[in-house]
Amino acid sequence: MLLYGTEINSRLMLGTAQYPSPAVLAEAFRCSGAGIATVSVRREAGGDRAGAAFWDLIRDLDVTLLPNTAGCHSVREAVTTAQMARELFDTPWIKLEVIGHADTLQPDPFGLVEAARILTDEGFKVFPYTTEDVVLADRLLQAGCEVLMPWGAPIGTGLGLTNIYGLRTLRAQFPDVPMVVDAGLGLPSQAAMAMELGYDAVLLNTAVAKAGDPARMAEGFARAVEAGRLAYEADPMEPRDMAAPSTPVIGRAFLT
Amino acid sequence: MQITVNGTATEVQAQTLADALDELGYRDAKVATAVNESFVPATARDAPLSPGDRIEIVAPRQGG
Repeated sequence: MLLYGTEINSRLMLGTAQYPSPAVLAEAFRCSGAGIATVSVRREAGGDRAGAAFWDLIRDLDVTLLPNTAGCHSVREAVTTAQMARELFDTPWIKLEVIGHADTLQPDPFGLVEAARILTDEGFKVFPYTTEDVVLADRLLQAGCEVLMPWGAPIGTGLGLTNIYGLRTLRAQFPDVPMVVDAGLGLPSQAAMAMELGYDAVLLNTAVAKAGDPARMAEGFARAVEAGRLAYEADPMEPRDMAAPSTPVIGRAFLT
Repeated sequence: MQITVNGTATEVQAQTLADALDELGYRDAKVATAVNESFVPATARDAPLSPGDRIEIVAPRQGG
């Protein structure tokens, strides 16, 4: 999978938040085979070195880092956060979140496009956290984004793909744009479905971090993502309403 | 002078951001900074501070 010219070996992208311990985080990443880890920036107190400790932990994961602008509600906030993240993590990659609604954490589409344009102009490689809206997707591409990350469901809900029609339409509309279903996944079957729809990858965090056994769930997601991708590449059969016998009818013993 | 550091009113002797970081215990810490909501790169921390400046000091953290 090629993202902004970088070859990524895994189609599973994993967040680093909410794990019970750093050791569990590291084990979950090992079991997931994830090629990309999302990270963030937060205030640090003087004399505290929590940032340095976390930095050591994620460097040992040997994955590509994707910093986010989580929690930003304005364009300025998101842009400044992205600039700080670029310096801290030494990467132009940024998962751009501009949140427009507190309860659903739904992206602010207007702020998202504006921030994406500003950051692209500054040399960032923007991964916008967006909805399945095709018009918004088109505006983000015009703003310079080369990857889109539509939500499956609101962040942290675990509801899966709540608008399959919308995701299918978006995928069909932009067949050549790398697209990642980001957020809302709770179960591996939902990740497999996203991959079967033709999405290039999935990004999740809570589903693994909040599972009773994060490492085991990480492995479950890894297998589901692989299964879903194989199914997509294998060109699935068309569903039909009426039954069609799979066993040959000709040659059946005549028994009355 | 009095400035605001990560949302808390703070009295510092320092006249620049670089000196303020030293004074507040961030020497050699892996942090990025903003002053009055604008990013200040590590290479530009010698710029003078003004009373009332709002400073944000952030570090790498877990994220989704």
